[in-house]
Amino acid sequence: MEDRKPDAEGAVEKDVSRRGFLAASGAVAIAIGCGGPILAALASARSSTKEDGPRWAMVVDTRKCEEKGDCMACSLACHQTHNVPEIDSKKEEIKWIWKEPYKHAFLGQEAEHMRHGLKELPITVMCNHCENPPCVRVCPTQATFQREDGIVLMDMHRCIGCRYCIVACPYGSRSFNWKDPWPRGDDNEPVDSPPNPDFPTRMRGVVEKCNFCAERLGTDQGPACVEACECEALIFGDLNDPESEVRLLLEEELSQRRRPELGTNPHVFYLV
Amino acid sequence: MHDQGKVIAGIVIFLIVVLFPIWYTGAFGDFTPPNLDPVTDAKECVKDKATMTAWHMDLLNEWRNDVVRNNDRGPVLIAGKEWEKSLTRTCLGCHGSYRKFCHKCHTYADVKPDCWQCHVVPEER
Amino acid sequence: MIEKALTGSKRYWIWLLCLIGVIAVGKLCYFKQLSEGLTVTGLGRDVPWGFYIAQFTFLVGVAASAVMVVLPYYLHNYKAFGKMAVLGEFLAIASVTMCLLFIVVDMGRPDRIFNAVLHPSPSSLIFWDIVSLNGYLVLNVLISHATFSAERKGIRPPGWVKPLVILSIPWAVSIHTVTAFLYSGLAARPFWMTAILAPRFLASAFAAGPALLILICLLLKRLTGYDVGRQAIRTLGKIVAYAMAINVFFILLEVFTASYSGIPEHMHHFEFLYFGLEGNTVLVPWMWTSSVLSVIALVLLLTPKLRSRENLLAWACGAVFIALWIDKGLGMVITGFIPTPLGEVPHYSPSMIEVMIGLAIYAAGALILTVLYKVAVTVRKREPEAEWAERAHRMMVDQREKEAVAAGD
Repeated sequence: MEDRKPDAEGAVEKDVSRRGFLAASGAVAIAIGCGGPILAALASARSSTKEDGPRWAMVVDTRKCEEKGDCMACSLACHQTHNVPEIDSKKEEIKWIWKEPYKHAFLGQEAEHMRHGLKELPITVMCNHCENPPCVRVCPTQATFQREDGIVLMDMHRCIGCRYCIVACPYGSRSFNWKDPWPRGDDNEPVDSPPNPDFPTRMRGVVEKCNFCAERLGTDQGPACVEACECEALIFGDLNDPESEVRLLLEEELSQRRRPELGTNPHVFYLV
Repeated sequence: MHDQGKVIAGIVIFLIVVLFPIWYTGAFGDFTPPNLDPVTDAKECVKDKATMTAWHMDLLNEWRNDVVRNNDRGPVLIAGKEWEKSLTRTCLGCHGSYRKFCHKCHTYADVKPDCWQCHVVPEER
Repeated sequence: MIEKALTGSKRYWIWLLCLIGVIAVGKLCYFKQLSEGLTVTGLGRDVPWGFYIAQFTFLVGVAASAVMVVLPYYLHNYKAFGKMAVLGEFLAIASVTMCLLFIVVDMGRPDRIFNAVLHPSPSSLIFWDIVSLNGYLVLNVLISHATFSAERKGIRPPGWVKPLVILSIPWAVSIHTVTAFLYSGLAARPFWMTAILAPRFLASAFAAGPALLILICLLLKRLTGYDVGRQAIRTLGKIVAYAMAINVFFILLEVFTASYSGIPEHMHHFEFLYFGLEGNTVLVPWMWTSSVLSVIALVLLLTPKLRSRENLLAWACGAVFIALWIDKGLGMVITGFIPTPLGEVPHYSPSMIEVMIGLAIYAAGALILTVLYKVAVTVRKREPEAEWAERAHRMMVDQREKEAVAAGD
């Protein structure tokens, strides 16, 4: 600007005011385009769990689970308890707890000459009830949220069905109701009765997932899957309690978690 | 003003059409509230009868948020007795029947709450 | 002013009727989706977002690109864009409307749409997208309405318009930045988790949007005789050329980083796009078409001799638009899901119903655009050529000078 000739003074002046505009617009752009979301990201990076009180966690002992091969008792019990419908189409199925081959559950950790059969070994998977859940961060209505005891829950009354949480979950733990899970007739009577009348069903168009049996913890029962497992391969408990079985197991044994490098801090631990 | 007659006639016809639901129900509607079978001897609900009739949905929303979001299942004190915050167990535990209670009045008021699309009606058990 | 849209030639009415027909069919399809659920689409648990959200993303870019006309005209006082500025603003209005419609049809429970307002969640990028898109729509409606009706009455636009115009420029950038953030902040999807996503979105937007605007202007000239002027088309052509070159450069950067680092999670997505993965080659022919069209377009656009020939420029713009629509409206969103975070390779292609609903939304956008352009062209054609443009320009210069004097005092 300094080397401009005097006869261009008017132009320089205009340029200055234009620069002012540009600076102001730049500031506004940064404010709305980046500032808001970035501030929001910083604020939401905190977890809402509390130090005192319970922090629920699950340990999956795959060595014990392996004994029974293709046992699906946990999955069956969970899906009965929570009225999870059985849907034939793989595309539309709804799953709270199920088995994935090791190479999928622990993607990238399979090696060529691994212990025989480990690559295909079915691993029990469910919602990890992360300490820093990406699903909660992205939900536009707080329909999915984290309780103080670490359980990540769905408020099915509030969900608008945008499926951003499914997109954000690195574990594929969330399912969407692509159609009515329990169709009702004209008089609003269900065509097939859901197995557990004490637990609500869902409408089409909302997302659902494992809730660590929050409704049973409220009445001092353990999770349905843990109760159903005959091999005692699922151990559930309070990580903040130094005497709890989960805590002792984790202190004694070498455990591993799914995708720890993503910073989600999963609370389902695997003994492989 | 030109066409004064036409304008006024137009306004009158417009009002008649737009206010159809009001004048039609006023003239031909049935205003007798449905007779809700009292299946219980209880004299007291969470609040008095008039408040419950008008605002039970707000109370239910409150309970819903308490249970689902705040892990607070009660208890609620009703007539000196402790109750859980539950639609199917507490409300219908006393009022008895969805068909004879909720449904009857909702049909009369022509409202369609979607509670029962997910919560299982006790008589369907 | 809107009454100008109610009289028109037979051709005009037939075109409107066709659009309304497409909208009606799409509406029937949407009723089916409403009553049965999103099961009528091709989406599923592994590919939960698809055609709808991809169109949304692409159209946010088209909306943002209005800034490529607005900025030179209002900020740099570039006279040649005088007849084009309002066309750009109208295009933005139509595009943002389509964006909002695509969001609504993608929702599982559109009846609860206001939950996003009742329970605002600033930690969600959707919150920021709602704010920025609706704000941008309001800004463009206010600006185009105020400037256009002032122009029609032959008076100066009210004083409050100018700050709004200034605000609309960064706002346009923000709508596409926020839309990129929607994707680029997700650790679960390595294909999107790249800092270059926002600039890449902007580059492709500033190529695709102006390319579309050039095509529309050429069409308007042929159909209605409304000529935005050779200079305007040429300058916009240059903008398309630079933006497209930058966009291709950005894509190559992405391909390099993914393939040279060799991290399977990053590489697999590009493999799926250009070569197919585990037998799923659904996007391969599309992506190569896009690449070939990009190269052709770049050759035509970067050679001044070729670019300055209007018919070649039109072909180049068509190539740019299709190439970028494939890249963003098909490849970008779907590929983020394939392979899944669990390493599976799901299959997705939109269902017939999904496509029909999408077409209806495009038809609704075209309807809005047609009506707005009809008004603009009719109003402006009443006056002798160039007179109004001269006057509009004079008013702007007057104001600048007044401000300069005021600042001097």
